Amino acid sequence: MDEQTVSSRDREVFVEVKELWKIFGPGAENLLDSEVRFASKEEIQEESGCVLGLRDISLEIYKGEFFIIMGLSGSGKSTLIRCFLRLVEPTTGEILVDGEDVCRYDKSRLMGFRRHKASMVFQHYGLLPHYTVLDNVAYGLKVRGTPGGLLGRISDFVPLPSLGRARPSTSEEAGGVDAGPKLLTKEQRYRRAREVIETVGLKGWEDYLPGSLSGGMQQRVGLARALATDPGILLMDEPFSGLDPLIRRQMQDELVELQDRLHKTIIFVTHDLYEALKLGDRIAIMRDGEIIQIGSPEEIITSPADDYVREFVQDASPAKVLTASSIMKQPDVLLYEWEGPKTARQMLRSAEREHAFVVNKNRRLLGLVSRRELSELIERGGKSLREIVHEDLAAGRPDMLVEELFPLATSSPYPVPVLDENGRFLGEVGNRTILDSMIQDKGESEDV
Amino acid sequence: MFEFPDVLRIPLGDWIDLLMRWVLKHWGPFFDTVGDFLLQVLIYVERFFLWLPWPLVVAGVGVLAWRTMGSWLNGLVMAAFLVLIGTFGYWDMAMMTLAIVTSAVLISLVAGIPTGILMAWSDWVESLVRPVLDAMQTMPSFVYLIPALMLFGLGKVPAVFATIVYAVPPVIRLTNVGIRQVPRSVVEAAEAFGSNRWQILFNVQLPLARPAIMVGINQTTMMALAMVVVTSMIGARTLGLEVLLAINRIEIGRGFEAGLSIVILAIIIDRITHALAARQQQAL
Repeated sequence: MDEQTVSSRDREVFVEVKELWKIFGPGAENLLDSEVRFASKEEIQEESGCVLGLRDISLEIYKGEFFIIMGLSGSGKSTLIRCFLRLVEPTTGEILVDGEDVCRYDKSRLMGFRRHKASMVFQHYGLLPHYTVLDNVAYGLKVRGTPGGLLGRISDFVPLPSLGRARPSTSEEAGGVDAGPKLLTKEQRYRRAREVIETVGLKGWEDYLPGSLSGGMQQRVGLARALATDPGILLMDEPFSGLDPLIRRQMQDELVELQDRLHKTIIFVTHDLYEALKLGDRIAIMRDGEIIQIGSPEEIITSPADDYVREFVQDASPAKVLTASSIMKQPDVLLYEWEGPKTARQMLRSAEREHAFVVNKNRRLLGLVSRRELSELIERGGKSLREIVHEDLAAGRPDMLVEELFPLATSSPYPVPVLDENGRFLGEVGNRTILDSMIQDKGESEDV
Repeated sequence: MFEFPDVLRIPLGDWIDLLMRWVLKHWGPFFDTVGDFLLQVLIYVERFFLWLPWPLVVAGVGVLAWRTMGSWLNGLVMAAFLVLIGTFGYWDMAMMTLAIVTSAVLISLVAGIPTGILMAWSDWVESLVRPVLDAMQTMPSFVYLIPALMLFGLGKVPAVFATIVYAVPPVIRLTNVGIRQVPRSVVEAAEAFGSNRWQILFNVQLPLARPAIMVGINQTTMMALAMVVVTSMIGARTLGLEVLLAINRIEIGRGFEAGLSIVILAIIIDRITHALAARQQQAL
């Protein structure tokens, strides 16, 4: 767990939300100035007639992170994800993407942001029913305009300046449409669209209308459309919740695979805990417009912030979430290869252990010795532990799920050693530990 | 017993008269110019329809009906109907009627569809335009003849003007409804990809509203045709004039022939535009 926190601290913050509020209804501004804003959602509604959408949301999302926003319906998760594109206008607060506040963008810069930096996959697909799959996928590229195209020139109020890290400047605003990045001709757009269609596995369906496709395939089109613009941020609003379970699992697997290749920053909304645990690097849990807890799947499972989260996660099987590194223990006895048999036997005896792992001076695992064999070794006058070491041990890695450790543990009478990629010994997981982790009260395992 | 007190009388009629007089006095030349221009256009349209060789028109309508309605029998029936009008001796009259109806419908669409779009975009515009449309549709159609007559005199121009006022509401309403019915999720997705208002209009809203708009065009056309008889009272030379004359002279046979010709025109136009609208619906 420590390792994970360290690595995420090293990563670059890409999206930062600061004190974001959304209140629906007239007089929202006044409400924010009064103390009523801290009242419960129901009280606010009674008092002012306004509906609280989001309350004081602050979070950071790292580059390349798969970030989950989870909550039940009405928790504000869909409102929050819409704020990133300002499909819902936040009442106050900041959303910094790459250091720029999306909330302060004017109309043309917002258009540019939507066209180039972020795109969204919708629960109900939101495909254009009169466009073919190909045209749907190319749509995000089409609205950017054609190089030198008349329609693009007329229909864009202001041309789009480059949307890198550049700050708005007068020279950029003066630039023509041609100054904008990545304007593609129709053929180029279609070529790109075909590439992405192949990526999502829809090759051969380019000329069909969305209405003739199954739900899963329609969502592939939605995903392809979002990927076609090569956005830095991929927003996904319950993309798989309309699909039946089998297709859903398949799509989740494919998304994981895709993310391994593309390394997008993904913000993913779901109400499905398993989906969240399976996909997310970190999860934010929302209730009544507030974030209750942000953490890795393990943290959420092992140390729920409050009863609400505890209830939420209580059905989750720890075996699917907990990793070897979080349940492994340092053994009572660890033998070095140069130790004499008698010392070794003495150490085992005093620790009341039957076997112990043997490592070399770099803590690389050599194998395992048992007390009985140690005694035999001493009787026949052997000098080195190496003579009796069992080398053929099934070893686990620190990021293995308990679920995956289980078969290793049951296949041998010994504890499972956990090794890093260099074969160094990190700790052991006993059969008891595995079973305990699966049934124990989740509050306890954090101090392991 | 309780007679309504005279004191409470609001002289709305007098005010309207005053307004009309004021408009005529100060805007007379403007309407004259507009009227003259419109007349030139209408004359050209009429000449075009009269120039069309009748076999071409019959064949054209037949093929169009066949293609849109999907059966060659339909095409044949429609073509035969058209020939029937010719046998009554009303071919030229029918073409002149079509010229006026076509002009009125085209102008109605040019004015009506953008109005419908504005209504769909803004609740404020909708609440403003809706009662006007209600009034336009419930007002007896004869009422439009008077201001049309005063502004444009006798003839085709006031006829087209009155026809537009009477026939434009359906296309406005259905454009509005059609756009408002486009699923929010589709529009939102288009917005999310950075479409501006025009891109959403042309890529999403109008294509998805097209079936509704086609129904609106169909209704507008039918109402324009229905107005033909009425406008003949202010001197438009159409089949309606024949009906009017027949009524005045109590010539039942002549009235029947002219009336039947109008019905035939109505059926042909209705069936073809209706089939077009239905095909749009299916395409989605």
